[in-house]
Amino acid sequence: MNPLIPLFVAIPLAGAFLIMILGRFIRNLNKYLASLILLFLVVVSFWSLFTTGNSVSVYKVGGWEAVNSVPIGIYMVLDGFTAIILCIINLIGFLSVIYSISYIARYTSENYFYSLFCLMMAGMNGVVLSGDIFNIFVFLEISAISSYALVAFGVEKNELEATFKYQVLGGIATFLILMGIALIYWETKTLNIADIRNVFSTGYDRKYYLLVQILLLSGFGLKAAIIPFHAWLPDAHSSAPSPISAMLSGVLIKAVGIYVIIRLFFNMFAISEGMAILITSLGSLSMVIGVFLAVSQWDIKRLLAYHSISQMGYVILSVGIGMILISRGIRTEIAALAIAGGIFHLINHAAFKGLLFLNAGAIEYSIGTRNLQEMGGLSKTMPATSATSLVASLSISGIPPFNGFFSKLIIIVAAILAKFYFLALLAVIVSIITLASFMKFQRYAFFNKADDDNSRTIKEVPFPMLFSMIVLGIICLLLSILVFPGIREIILTPATDILMDPSKYASQITGI
Amino acid sequence: MKGMTLIVKKTAQLISGLIFLYGIYVIIHGHLTPGGGFAGGVILAGAFILQILASGSDFMKLTKEELGSTMYENLAILIAVFLSLSGLLFGAKVFFINWLPKGTPGELVSAGVMPLYNIFIGIEVAASILTIFLALVIFKEEISE
Amino acid sequence: MIPYYLCFILFLVGLYGVITRRNLVKIAISLSIMEFSVFLILALIGFREGGVAPIVDPSDPVKIYVDPLPQAMVLTAIVIGLATTAMLMAVIIRIYRKYGTFDIREIKNLRG
Repeated sequence: MNPLIPLFVAIPLAGAFLIMILGRFIRNLNKYLASLILLFLVVVSFWSLFTTGNSVSVYKVGGWEAVNSVPIGIYMVLDGFTAIILCIINLIGFLSVIYSISYIARYTSENYFYSLFCLMMAGMNGVVLSGDIFNIFVFLEISAISSYALVAFGVEKNELEATFKYQVLGGIATFLILMGIALIYWETKTLNIADIRNVFSTGYDRKYYLLVQILLLSGFGLKAAIIPFHAWLPDAHSSAPSPISAMLSGVLIKAVGIYVIIRLFFNMFAISEGMAILITSLGSLSMVIGVFLAVSQWDIKRLLAYHSISQMGYVILSVGIGMILISRGIRTEIAALAIAGGIFHLINHAAFKGLLFLNAGAIEYSIGTRNLQEMGGLSKTMPATSATSLVASLSISGIPPFNGFFSKLIIIVAAILAKFYFLALLAVIVSIITLASFMKFQRYAFFNKADDDNSRTIKEVPFPMLFSMIVLGIICLLLSILVFPGIREIILTPATDILMDPSKYASQITGI
Repeated sequence: MKGMTLIVKKTAQLISGLIFLYGIYVIIHGHLTPGGGFAGGVILAGAFILQILASGSDFMKLTKEELGSTMYENLAILIAVFLSLSGLLFGAKVFFINWLPKGTPGELVSAGVMPLYNIFIGIEVAASILTIFLALVIFKEEISE
Repeated sequence: MIPYYLCFILFLVGLYGVITRRNLVKIAISLSIMEFSVFLILALIGFREGGVAPIVDPSDPVKIYVDPLPQAMVLTAIVIGLATTAMLMAVIIRIYRKYGTFDIREIKNLRG
């Protein structure tokens, strides 16, 4: 058993409380300790990405082995799909902590910030690594409660209202999920995902199955902000401090929302056609409604938050197309292409949306306003911020050679090959409207003439913030090499293999 | 905050000692009877909160109290996490394993690491509930000044 | 089957309370009602006919025990619910200080 797997959860957890104790006595220790912990996590997660390949590592917590081939302990599972998401979580987290070294210095009580941040990282790592559903619920709650506190960090009127809405909707999601878990336990008498798959493959009651799937889809859909469950996202993501917005929009809705939906619906439930059509239509609705609500916004961060909804719609759409093809049992190589496109778009979105939120934070740090109509001409006074935001805007609109172009191309090609011409047309139209929205952002913020206030000295932001933005910009360029066949075999193909063939997942864990 | 009348103060002094003892009993016998860390910790916090409510306290003493309870909470949970990580070093080298010798079932000193976990989780839950209570009271004092 | 349906009706009562009440504290209490209904259904699932509490007594031989796993799940979930409620209450107190009202129709700073 791989001994590095529990360290993903234990090290940030111990680090969070260590920061609270030692930060009271030694000044400035909290920043460096948090950066060290996250650097260690980044190194370990990249190492496990390159050594996992096609194998599935299972870690049995407490050493409880299976009895009569029925798993009785808590399992932590690391396979190809998990390794990718771990790399995204830890890398964006590390860059956010470096960014917040100078951004959070303007708030009071920095101790609590770094401690809550490490707790949120521990929770997210636990969600993607766990092998049974109740453990997913516990770690989901750890990261959710930490994020409620982090959204309300500077206690102003806007932030408190945003976190109240976030908390009530998050609470409803939690209890829907727990009700779904209770109903699953009633029928299958076990909590292990692989074991539930084995029990369901012997036969189930149709109406009960539909009820459990609807409950779990609603609960995790509220966490992932799919339409019609998106009401908390614009307020929470625009009122939070900028590194937390980058973490929330770039990582949290993926790790605890989209990842769990994909994992449960491919590896635990047998895919039915009605559910697949429902998921695809929810994805396409998210795509269209998100971008139409985003075009008319004048607040930078609200604009970016609505675009998050739209891009998550792309991912759900392509995963749904894969599900429809698998449930009909035809053309499975196109299903593999669609799922690979969805996962690739997930990785790309973390990179460019994180970079866009960090840029918005840099603009707010220098000027003090978030309204697009009050700023202009920043390309001369803030060159590095302007260059990286141009890279990110071109990525999200899908312009070659940046990474957004390749992932959207794979999704549209998969939709056309599967004969869903209307969905492919919708994807192209939404991409064009996204391009229009970001051209507006670029023009008003950077390339406009500065009409007044030359007396305000606008300088470039301090070095830690620049470092994170430039590294993310380089990653946006580098991620487009994931489409080439040699590198795709190492990283993306193990993920799609483990999702497409659920009996392989179940057999490698329970040994049946 | 103002305290209550003399009868309530004297009764609370008598009873909170008994509640404290009962909380420790529930924590220590966690591997034999129902209860354990969480429930015993809440009872333990109840003893402190009863004393604060009955006798009242001024603002400075409450702030010092909150500093102390936060320190206890962080220390206790750090020790609990290090106990679970110590399974990686001793015993069968698995996270969270039960590596101390287990005696005969039914005795007070048995079942390996579990009584130690119960004690530290009990201290941690008591300290954290006390911190929540003190934080809300201190905030109320701040806005009413 | 009757207790299970009643727990589900309690869940819907709580959901109705969250949606229609105007006072912030009443929304928090309705969220607690939803939470308790889920704990009830979890604890009811573990019941076995003629079972006793799952504590091993060395003097008595094999009996039928009720399922202890849902009881462990409910204990964990109660602690999580406590943390959620405490967090919600702290935010409500601070909102009262900033906005001056508990009415949710007055709190609409973020629109659009």
